[in-house]
Amino acid sequence: MQKRLAAAAAAALALGIASTAHGADVEPQIERQHWSFYGIFGAFDRAAEQRGFEVYKDVCANCHSLNLLAYRDLEEIGLSANEVKAVAAGVEVEDGPNDQGQMFERPGKPSDRFKAPFANDAAARVANNGALPPDLSLIVKAREGGPDYVYSILTGFKEAPAGFKMAEGMNYNTAFPGHQIAMPPPLSDGVVTYTDGTKATVPQMAHDVVTFLAWAANPELETRHRVGVKTIIFLVILTGLLYAIKRKVWADVH
Amino acid sequence: MSEPAWNSPVVKWVDERLPIFTLLYHSTSGYPTPKNLNYWWNFGSLAGVMLIFMIVTGIVLAMQYQPNAALAFDSVERIMRDVNYGWLLRYLHMNGGSMFFLAVYIHIFRGLYYGSYKRPRELLWWLGIVILLLMMATAFMGYVLPWGQMSFWAATVITNLFSAVPVVGNHIVHWLWGGFAVDNATLNRFYALHYLLPFVILGVVVLHLWALHTTKSSNPLGIDAKGPQDTIPFHPYYTVKDNFGIGVFLIVYLSFVFFAPNFFGEPDNYIPANPLQTPPHIVPEWYFLPYYAILRSIPDKLLGVLATFLSLLLLFLLPWLDFSRVRSATFRPLYKKVFWLLVVDVGVLGYVGANPPEGSFLVMGRIATAYYFLHWFVLVPLIALFERPKPLPVSISQPVLGGGLAAAAAHPMEKA
Amino acid sequence: MATSAETGAHGAAGVAVKRRDFLYLATGAMGAVGAALAAWPLIESMNPAADVLALSSSEVDLSPIQVGQRITVKWRSQPVFIARRTPEEIGEAQKVDLEELRDPQADSARVKKPEWLVMVGICTHLGCVPLGQAPTDPRGDWHGWFCPCHGSQYDTSGRIRKGPAPANLVIPPYAFLTDTSVRIG
Repeated sequence: MQKRLAAAAAAALALGIASTAHGADVEPQIERQHWSFYGIFGAFDRAAEQRGFEVYKDVCANCHSLNLLAYRDLEEIGLSANEVKAVAAGVEVEDGPNDQGQMFERPGKPSDRFKAPFANDAAARVANNGALPPDLSLIVKAREGGPDYVYSILTGFKEAPAGFKMAEGMNYNTAFPGHQIAMPPPLSDGVVTYTDGTKATVPQMAHDVVTFLAWAANPELETRHRVGVKTIIFLVILTGLLYAIKRKVWADVH
Repeated sequence: MSEPAWNSPVVKWVDERLPIFTLLYHSTSGYPTPKNLNYWWNFGSLAGVMLIFMIVTGIVLAMQYQPNAALAFDSVERIMRDVNYGWLLRYLHMNGGSMFFLAVYIHIFRGLYYGSYKRPRELLWWLGIVILLLMMATAFMGYVLPWGQMSFWAATVITNLFSAVPVVGNHIVHWLWGGFAVDNATLNRFYALHYLLPFVILGVVVLHLWALHTTKSSNPLGIDAKGPQDTIPFHPYYTVKDNFGIGVFLIVYLSFVFFAPNFFGEPDNYIPANPLQTPPHIVPEWYFLPYYAILRSIPDKLLGVLATFLSLLLLFLLPWLDFSRVRSATFRPLYKKVFWLLVVDVGVLGYVGANPPEGSFLVMGRIATAYYFLHWFVLVPLIALFERPKPLPVSISQPVLGGGLAAAAAHPMEKA
Repeated sequence: MATSAETGAHGAAGVAVKRRDFLYLATGAMGAVGAALAAWPLIESMNPAADVLALSSSEVDLSPIQVGQRITVKWRSQPVFIARRTPEEIGEAQKVDLEELRDPQADSARVKKPEWLVMVGICTHLGCVPLGQAPTDPRGDWHGWFCPCHGSQYDTSGRIRKGPAPANLVIPPYAFLTDTSVRIG
C-alpha cells in the first residue's frame, strides 16, 4: 500500500515535471477556448480556416511572414486549384537569373512559398520600430498555451490600468508576458469583410485566424488523428490477443 | 539443457559453419529463466525494442535531414510537411526518445529494488550504466539537430560546463564547439556522432545480454534458482509475456505520438535558433531534469559539474556501497523504505529542474541534492551493515507450492 | 501434470488445440498485418515528397520562340528540348521509311503539332545531353542532334539514326494549354 502510494506520487511528480509551467513570470491571462481541432477526433473547421486565411492575407501578412507554407498547401483548407493559382498569381515573386544574368519579377506559382512582407529581418525591424514580427508558420506550437495564447493576445488589447508604466511605443496586452507588446492591436470590428458574409467581430476574426494558424502549424493533424484512432484500436485488439496467448501459455505454470 | 538437434538440412549446414541457430536456441528455448519474474522484468526487452525503433526511424529521417545551421530547422519542417509520412517519422523519433528513457529508468529502478547489481551481476550492471551514459550523450546531441532555440541554448549551456575544468577548460570547450560558439561546426559533428553512437549502444547491449546470459536472470525473491523446478524456458513463456508487454507499451507510446506529440517537448524549440537571444527559461528534456537540478543546486561551477557527474558515476560503486548479501528489497524492510524515499527524491529533483533556480525551488533543490548523496553514501551502506532482513524463502518454487513460510521459519536467514 | 485425463479428454483437448491454434493464427496474422502497416510509412517516405512533386510540371510560354529556334527548359531537374521546326525539318521527319529506324516510330506519334517538337534532352545511351540546340552546335548527318559522348546521332524528330543509343529521345507527357503555351508533366 505504502509502495503504491509512493509510486503514484512519483508518477504524478514525473507528469508534473513534463508539463510544468515556467516559474514566477508575470502570469499572462489566457482564456481557454473551444477549438474544433482539440480531442482525439478533432478536425479543422473548413469555413473558419478559410475566413482565417482572409484575415491573415488582409491584416497579418502586412508584417508577418508565413515562410514554411506554399500556396499549393491552401488546397488543404478547401480552396480549389484555380483559386490557389489566383492567390499565387496575385503576388510578384523574384526569380532568376535569366539568360541575361539578371534577377526578375514574375507572378507567383502554386509551388512558391508564401511571399514575405519584408526582404529580411533587418528590413522588418526598420519598418517596425526595431521589433521583429515573428513568422507565423509555427506560432501556435511555439508559444506556451498554443491556440488559447494566440487568441488571448489578439483579444487582449486594453487600456493600461491606472499606475501601470508603459514604455515608449508599446501597447498594453493582458496575455503578453510583462503586459507590454510592440504590436499595435491588429484587429478591430469590420477591418476585414468576410466573403461568406459572417460578421467580422474581433473575437470572430481572432477565432478564425487562430484556426487558420493552428492548421498552418499542424497541417497533418486530421490525418494524424484518423490514423491514430485506427492504430490504437488495432493495437488494443492485438494486445488483447497477445494477452490471451500469454495466459494460455502460462496456464500450466500458475 | 542439451544441444539441440536440427531437422532441416539447411539449418544444419549453416549451423555447422556458424552456430547461429544453436546460439538462438540457447538464448530462447534453451535459456532457463526463473519462473517467478513479474512485469517489472519486461522493461529490458522494452528498452531493446525502443532502441531498434529509434535506429530505424532515425535512419529514414537521416535521408531527409540537412545538418547545416542554415538549413536544419527548415529541413525538419520539410519532413513534417512535405515528406510522405514525415510527420509520423519525426513524432515517432521524438517521442520514442522519451519512451526509451522511460523504459530504461524503470528498468534501472527495478535493478535498484531487487538488487540486480549484486554479485555475480556487477559487470552486467556496469554495462547497463555505460548504455545509459551513451544514451544520454546520444539524446543530448540529437536534441541539438532541429536547431531550435532550446537546441541551441541547451547545447551552449551544457558544453559550457566543460569550461569548469581548471586550466584547460576553455580549450576543451572550443575544441568541442569547433569554434568560439555553438555553430555549424558543432551541429555537423553532433550529427555525425548522433548517427554513430546508437550502433555503439547496440554493441554494448550485446555485451549486456551476454553478461546476463552468463549469470542468468535474477528474480523478485533475489534468491538463486536451485534447479529446473525453479525455472522455465525463456521461449515460449517470456517471449509471449514480452510480446504482450510490447503491445501495452506501444499503446502508451503511440497515444502520445498521435494525440499529444508535443507533450514532452518545449514550445521554444519551434522557434529557430537565435544566438543573440536567450530564452527566458532554458530547460532540458524531462529525462535530464534531475541532473540539471543537482547541477544548479551547487553554487560553485566546478563543484556543480563534478556533483552532476558523480550523481551518475556513483552507480558504478553500488555493488560495494550496498554490500548486503540479501538482494531483493522484499526482504529488506529498511532498504525498501529508503528506496521509495529515493524515488520521491528523484521526482522532487526533476520537478526542481523544470523550474528556475530561485526562491523555494532552490531550497528544495539543495535539500533534495543533499539527500540524494546522503542516500547513496550514508544510508545504503549503513543499512547494509545494520539491517536485519526478513527470512528468505527456501527456494523459488517453494513459496509457489505454499510450503514457504513454515519452511522458511525452519531455515532462517538462508543465504542467497 | 496431465496423465490420466488424456484418453477421456482427448476430444476436449482436440477442441482446445484447435482454439489455441486459432488464437496463434489470428494473432500471428494481425501481427504480420501490423508489421506491414508499420513498414509502409518508412518505405513511402522515400518516394518523392510534396515539394518535389509540386515542381513536377512546368509551364512554358512558346510565343518568344522563332521558327527554326530551339530552346532548353528544365523539367524534373532534367533538360527538355523544345524545337519550333522549319518546314524542311518537318518534311525530313515525316518522309522516313520506318524500316530504316532502329527504334521505329512515326513522326506523327512523337508530336502533337508538327511545328513543335518537345522531348527530354538526355541521350538514351548513357545519359549525356546531346548538342544541337544552339545554331552553331553540330547537329549530325540528319540535321537533328548529335551526342558528343559516344557519337549518337538523332534526326529532326529526335529519333536515333546512328551510334550506340538504343532508343529515340523520350517524349515527356505534355499538353498545349493554348496555342502558345504548353505544360510539361
